[in-house]
Amino acid sequence: MATTRRTVDVALATTGLDERGRPVRTPLVTDASGSAIALEEPPMLEPELGGEHMLINIGPQHPATHGVLRLVLELDGETVVRCIPHVGYLHCGFEKIGEYRQYNQIIPWTDREDYLNSIGNNVAFALGAERLFGIEITERCAVLRVIAAELSRIISHLVWLGTTCIDIGAFTPFLWSFQEREKVYTLLEAWVGARLTTTATRVGGMAADIPDGWLDGLRAFLAAFPKTIDEVDRMLTKNAIWVGRTVGLGAMTPAEATNYGLSGPMLRASGVAYDVRKDFPYLDYETYDFDVPIGTNGDVYDRFLVRMEELRQSVRILRQAADRLPEGPVNVDDHRVVLPPKSKAMSDMESMIHHFKQVMEGPRPPVGESYVAVESPKGEKGYYMVSDGTSKPVRWRIRPPSFVNLSAIPKMVEGHLLSDVIAINASIDIVMGEIDR
Amino acid sequence: MTSSSPVARAGDGGAAGPAPVTPHNVPHRGGPANPTAESLRARFGDAIRRIDVVWGETTVVVARERLLEIVRWLHDDPEQQYDYLSDVTGVEFRDPEPPLEVVWHLRSLPRRRFLRLKVELPRGTPLEVESVWSVYRGADWLERECYDMFGIRFTGHPDLRRILMWEQYREGFPLRKDFPLRGRFSRAEQLRQALAANPEARYSMEELSIADAFEDLPEDMRQRLKAGERTGE
Repeated sequence: MATTRRTVDVALATTGLDERGRPVRTPLVTDASGSAIALEEPPMLEPELGGEHMLINIGPQHPATHGVLRLVLELDGETVVRCIPHVGYLHCGFEKIGEYRQYNQIIPWTDREDYLNSIGNNVAFALGAERLFGIEITERCAVLRVIAAELSRIISHLVWLGTTCIDIGAFTPFLWSFQEREKVYTLLEAWVGARLTTTATRVGGMAADIPDGWLDGLRAFLAAFPKTIDEVDRMLTKNAIWVGRTVGLGAMTPAEATNYGLSGPMLRASGVAYDVRKDFPYLDYETYDFDVPIGTNGDVYDRFLVRMEELRQSVRILRQAADRLPEGPVNVDDHRVVLPPKSKAMSDMESMIHHFKQVMEGPRPPVGESYVAVESPKGEKGYYMVSDGTSKPVRWRIRPPSFVNLSAIPKMVEGHLLSDVIAINASIDIVMGEIDR
Repeated sequence: MTSSSPVARAGDGGAAGPAPVTPHNVPHRGGPANPTAESLRARFGDAIRRIDVVWGETTVVVARERLLEIVRWLHDDPEQQYDYLSDVTGVEFRDPEPPLEVVWHLRSLPRRRFLRLKVELPRGTPLEVESVWSVYRGADWLERECYDMFGIRFTGHPDLRRILMWEQYREGFPLRKDFPLRGRFSRAEQLRQALAANPEARYSMEELSIADAFEDLPEDMRQRLKAGERTGE
């Protein structure tokens, strides 16, 4: 595969571009009969432009910086010599606030960091807290969470696809992918009542079970969605402009990518098959049949291919999860951590005490710590929690994948053109809410 | 399907052994420790202060002076191959007695192992520890964030400056327990400082010095910057 990648056969050749997507020199002079006269190649002059470097600022208010990223670039002509990123414009102190909140009260904050993956973050946080509490979730809950996490991956990858296309100059795939994303949000809305800020999980279970007939909606989506992936695939994968604007940009070798701590599609595009779902499984992911796509060159084009394939794999996982979803309770049967039903809280003394204690004090995990990482669409998302036995964590740490991925951008853009910086930045799939927290 | 992306299966044995499974019914304390912990004790002896297994995760508390040496060995040793740094962070307890902790989460991708390294920084000692940047480039921003939030200095880091807070931030280190949730300064003082900042000086001197842009600045701004004025980014 390594050899075929560099010579991507281009189906949609565009006038004025050769098969690699580079502009073709078109003759301007014609003879009397109208046929072109071959012009002599003008001698290439080595330009003497001097050594003056330019300082260019991109962002923080620039649409292609996906929020409030600011890049200060030192340019030699149009080539990037050095890039100094500035982050922190969206810093809200989530980790500090978490130290003043009970575990279930932190879950709404997880929506708001990587807001394209809110339900996936809910799942990740609940898993971390459950390890800290020593809770085993029910089978139905585990499958529901897999469904939630994979739907979330689809949303995030679709947004990535759409915005990256916009950044590079293609508008149509943006519309297609946002249309599909809308359908997933409709499904989520039917499930948890919210679209973007889901707050779908609780320590020990979920906020709500899926409503009747929801799986039919999911199956209908899964039946239709691959067509859209194929359409985007046909539109982009062999498109001369797309290939020309993405191949060979921001390449990272496997050793570099690992050493820089990249994760998710960024790492896998470089050929390192590290996927938390396979290597450090959670939610019984080892029992699902799916593949981990890896790239060979680690450039922007490979990251695109990897994410496209991950969309297909997510559909595969979702089909299996929809088929195996068992009956049974969603929440664990332990009213020290999960709220008893409201009707019982009003009629049963013990339930009322549990309800009161939980709302007023919050459940208390034993002294300990846990680091639970999940494969978020951006990469390894970890929640590190330290408990001193009280109902609020001493430390709640988010391991933000986009933060670490972005830290490699000075390395990736070095030597590329200014316009390629936008493509490389887009390929990282950053969400500033998660980077700045 | 026209995608030409190669698909590989992760998790077919090899150096990592059988395919891993989701842990269930993990005990609170005890249980099998990561074999690396024993190798560390065999090799570094006294520098390994404590080995804990909590919720199935192995924590090794090491001596502050030998941290870098230990991390480098974990990275380079062919039996360990901890090639991936997940996270660097700090922990301060509400109780003023226990020391501050610096925590490294390491992964060995070929062997599928996870290890938590800790260094304790007792009260009254300087908050300093060696940087692991020379081993893992990914430590760059993680250590900067840890410095920004806790004030822990990573010696040997090439560019240790604030990252999430701005460089002129003077209120302290937000994730320390003595830092109030709403910040140290009043809203009025924060507003006064924001208004007093010079919005023209958007570039740091470092950035201006790498390019020739400094010469293009207005004369008065050059004078102010040369006099050491540093304002909001």
